Amino acid sequence: MGKTIAEKIFDTHLVDAPFGDVSVLRLDRVFCHEITTPTAIQDLVAHGKDRVFDPDKIKAVIDHVTPAKDSKTAMQGKILRDWARRHNIKDFFDIGNNGVCHAIFPEKGFVRPGFTIIMGDSHTCTHGAFGAFAAGVGTTDLEVGILKGVCTFKKPETFRIEIVGTLRPGVYAKDIILEVIRQISVNGATNMVIEFAGPVVDAMNMDQRMTLSNMAVEAGATSGICLPDMTTVEYLWPFIKDEYDSPEAALADYTKFCSDPDAVYAKTKTIDVSDLEPLTTFGYKPDNVKPVSEMDNTPVDQVYIGSCTNGRLEDLRVAAQVLAGKQIAPTVRGIVSPATPDIFSAALEEGIIKTFMDAGFCVTNPTCGACLGMSNGVLADGEVAAATTNRNFNGRMGKGGMVHLMSPATAAATAIQGHIANSELFSSQEEI
Amino acid sequence: MKSFEGNILCLDRADINTDEIIPAKYLTEIEKIAMKPHLLEDLTLDGFDPATDLEDIAVIVTRENFGCGSSREHAPWALEVNGIHVVIAPSFARIFRQNMFNCGMLAIDLPEDDIQALFDLCNNGGGRLTVDVDTNTIRAKGKEKQLTLGFSISEFDKTLVKTGGWVEYADTNY
Ligand code: SF4
Repeated sequence: MGKTIAEKIFDTHLVDAPFGDVSVLRLDRVFCHEITTPTAIQDLVAHGKDRVFDPDKIKAVIDHVTPAKDSKTAMQGKILRDWARRHNIKDFFDIGNNGVCHAIFPEKGFVRPGFTIIMGDSHTCTHGAFGAFAAGVGTTDLEVGILKGVCTFKKPETFRIEIVGTLRPGVYAKDIILEVIRQISVNGATNMVIEFAGPVVDAMNMDQRMTLSNMAVEAGATSGICLPDMTTVEYLWPFIKDEYDSPEAALADYTKFCSDPDAVYAKTKTIDVSDLEPLTTFGYKPDNVKPVSEMDNTPVDQVYIGSCTNGRLEDLRVAAQVLAGKQIAPTVRGIVSPATPDIFSAALEEGIIKTFMDAGFCVTNPTCGACLGMSNGVLADGEVAAATTNRNFNGRMGKGGMVHLMSPATAAATAIQGHIANSELFSSQEEI
Repeated sequence: MKSFEGNILCLDRADINTDEIIPAKYLTEIEKIAMKPHLLEDLTLDGFDPATDLEDIAVIVTRENFGCGSSREHAPWALEVNGIHVVIAPSFARIFRQNMFNCGMLAIDLPEDDIQALFDLCNNGGGRLTVDVDTNTIRAKGKEKQLTLGFSISEFDKTLVKTGGWVEYADTNY
């Protein structure tokens, strides 16, 4: 009987199965940020266990609130910073070099197909785009990951979602994942791994695959995996060129993890995206999804372009194409947060940052910022945001605020119009 | 024998998420006890007032997919520092469920019918229950009714509840 990619990764990382149904897995990476790690560090210190299993496999970043906004967030940064120094964790990214965790860690080449990765962050599933088993965990699991390099998981069942068809103009990976969540619901993949497959996924670049995998958790999934292929190898090549003679050799190694043709899936679903329109959310759950065309009279106070879902270079490019030569509505506050310093620099060089500024956007440093309503664009009670982020929970961007999730193109069009709008309105734009 | 006992709070809504259990703005807190006054403060639910209704509660009974959303362990901590060590629901979000057991607390899933029976039992003026982890039984007592329910948790989860959590277990065994 064939195996899924998740099963293969489990089998190659199994350390122990103490009670039958739980697998203790060896970890290749433990990622850390300053919101969930300090509590783990404090707890380890309090129990006399201030150790790390391997400083080279631990990567850490200050990204959620940076620069610190008050004494409390400053202390969180300090605890992480001191700990990274104390344990000689070399891959630690602080002010000037820091960016959103799920954007900067892949960009630095820390992720490989077949890896096991945990982080105290629910969107850790993003790294599944590389064919890794990457899962968000709580602080106690993170503590044990830091201390011992292991984590327990139930043997995952896999939900294979095949994406077929041809996307219409103005429709992007974000719209696809919103459609997936709409169809299967916020609970549709609980305790399962989603395996994204099909010709549409095969044709996606890594930025787009990360957008897809990023929101797997919004359907309850433990991880959202795309199968490694030449696109994966090409992205990783600068980091692996000393490990392999050729990209083909790397591909042969990585595709060993791909699901077998006779693998057994708990569920399968095929979604044809040919008729898909740009989508947005309308309520406080990520499966409250409607076509933009049914929401287009909804005024917004703030447009936020950024986050681990859609703050990568391609996202900024797409938004800038819509914004080029236009002004955002006077009633709208536009905020863009490039997800990493490299993305920021590239966007500067390509003139994208200027396009945003000319259109009336505020450009912030790379950070999670407004995404989680802790800094850089918190909403007032009763305000409405259009955001390229991944969560629209009540209060997510500020108490009493409403968040509509959408693609960068839709968000840019919305900023110009002052209300939710289809980017195809502005599709005659020249490429920049 | 390991057992948990106390008054029940019924929250009649599915998909109660971690932002509702403890809003993101308190994630800057490093001490667990700082979460105490903020448990469920963003939950809008008819007939529920977080300011008064959490007093002397030890158990939450609720609907499906409790604890969905972020991975924050602050959610079980906020429950813990309020003396709530047991949540009973038809289903839980994976990370939340794991966090509860990792902290040595209980997330028990029961069939919808049993959940409804607990809601019915509490309907007229509250209820109280005892969870016995050794015998896998829940004994609930309302004004008018009594109820005994069985439940199952894995050996691993049971071991975590008994040893007080995953850090100790892992550091000893791996
Ligand atoms: S960008 Fe938003 S969703 Fe992503 S890691 Fe940061 S806070 Fe979480």
